[in-house]
Amino acid sequence: MADQGLTSVPGLGGGKREPKEKPGPLEYLRRWPLRLMVGATLVFLYLPLITLMIFSFNTSRRNVVWQGFTFDWYEKAFNNESLLQAFVNSLTIAFLCTVISVILGALAAVMLWRFKFPGKTVVEGSMALPIVVPEICMGVAMLVFFARVMPWPMGMPWPLNLGAITIAHVSFAFPFVATVVRARLASFNRELEEAAKDLGASEWRTFWDVLVPHMQPGLIAGALLAFTLSLDDFVITFFTAGPDTVTFPVKVYSMLRFSVTPEVNAASTILIVVTVILTAVGLQMQNNEPKDKKA
Amino acid sequence: MEQTWRQAKAAFAAIAVPPIAWLFLFFLVPLAVVWGYSLGENTGPTTIDVTGTFANYMRAVEPLYLEIFGKSLIIAGLTTVLCLIVGFPVALAIAFASPKTKAWLLLLIMLPFWTNLLIRTFALIAVLRENGYVNAILEWFWNGGSGLMALVGLQPLGDFEPLTLLYNNTAVVIGLVYVHLPFMVLPLYSALDRMDRSLMEASLDLGAGHMRTIWSVVVPLAAPGIASGVLITFIPALGAYLTPDLLGGTDSQMIANVIERQFKRANDWPFGAALSFLLMYLTFIAIAVQAFVQRKSERRG
Repeated sequence: MADQGLTSVPGLGGGKREPKEKPGPLEYLRRWPLRLMVGATLVFLYLPLITLMIFSFNTSRRNVVWQGFTFDWYEKAFNNESLLQAFVNSLTIAFLCTVISVILGALAAVMLWRFKFPGKTVVEGSMALPIVVPEICMGVAMLVFFARVMPWPMGMPWPLNLGAITIAHVSFAFPFVATVVRARLASFNRELEEAAKDLGASEWRTFWDVLVPHMQPGLIAGALLAFTLSLDDFVITFFTAGPDTVTFPVKVYSMLRFSVTPEVNAASTILIVVTVILTAVGLQMQNNEPKDKKA
Repeated sequence: MEQTWRQAKAAFAAIAVPPIAWLFLFFLVPLAVVWGYSLGENTGPTTIDVTGTFANYMRAVEPLYLEIFGKSLIIAGLTTVLCLIVGFPVALAIAFASPKTKAWLLLLIMLPFWTNLLIRTFALIAVLRENGYVNAILEWFWNGGSGLMALVGLQPLGDFEPLTLLYNNTAVVIGLVYVHLPFMVLPLYSALDRMDRSLMEASLDLGAGHMRTIWSVVVPLAAPGIASGVLITFIPALGAYLTPDLLGGTDSQMIANVIERQFKRANDWPFGAALSFLLMYLTFIAIAVQAFVQRKSERRG
């Protein structure tokens, strides 16, 4: 990939190098100031998170001294009805948001990739807006919309009462999906689509059997992105959530406002683990996908 | 080639209508309503008349709010500069690492970015607070130093005073850097990774030092990447709500906090709407500046 530049230069030797050799001129990672910098950055990024995870097993309420190992806080978190409900709500919203965003995002990407139409620049520009508009502005827009323009019916049975939050999440997540999928479509050979149509495939058949398989890695990456964006969102949810539609971040926020207990640590640790597993699964799927889908 | 929509009207409609309709109804309409409200006034507890008044915008440029805008810009700018100072060497090191190390380092930089923002901020509180980690480490050094000085016959340092690292502007900047660092590193990395290395090698061969090479060869070549990294860090930092809310003190309010107060507590929606749109205009100006810089550097290249 990018390292070919290095090996092509005479005097720098082959790609494989004995560790004892002096670092090549461009091997910045083997110079100590940069090693120190990278190390310090990783410590900065991870120390708080790792501390949080370790101290979720601590018997002491005060976080700074380690007193002993316990699962108490996890038990407490699992017995906390409203925290559990918030967690389930978050996962449900993230799932619904992912499904809708992937469909809308894929359609938007195909539309922008396949067609020329009047007003395309305007559509493209508006599609980029949810990505760049500050979260707080979008949050208040959703608050106003669901308070005055289209109030979401009160007292709906469970998954339906999450509708307002889900809609808000889809609105900011699907343009991200569209961007990812469109990047993937750029590598599609349009002749394949024409060939399918020449051979008698219908519009739908061509879309489903030719275009969708090619888009698949993009769709998976987009789905992963939509899921994490939704799970991660606090600000926009904060403005659209009602008293009985609390998501996990909103719940943690209100717990933080009152008191910091290791219960929050335990709940956060679970969410971090869920995120890490999801990322790993997503990356794995992306790595495997292109190889067996070469058309 | 792209098709014109006329060649396949039915297909175009089936593909284009759902996303456009969604975007219109659930994004553009809400924004338009907020924009309308920014030109309106409260006529009752829950009624707002759109009267076309500019009073809300006039109020937003009063010194009190101008100061908050200025402060938000300074905090976001400082965050961006710090992210650039930390992020550039890191991105450089990653871009020139072996492929395997590179993949791992990228994953390590990206993983916190996937982790919940609230949890990360909360984790930072535990590290920074008065009986948190940083102070515990400083205290250890302090006591060690104090003991050492007593040992060599100097006056001991006295009792350790924990630093107040939370609930002030410094905490907000630290928090914003913590949260946005991956945003800076990734675009910088992709710009540095695409760069033509032979130019750097030529510069080094011709006797320029590393600093000189980085400053006069790498930085100009990576300028578009730097510009997009700056933008992608600056915009969310400018509109940050959670970080100043949780880590800041009474004087570290940023625009987003003021907007939230208008909508949730003060119940002055028209004024809040005006502030939101001003924040949005600032964002658009930042994007326009970035586009301008990008075009300029492309023309030069």
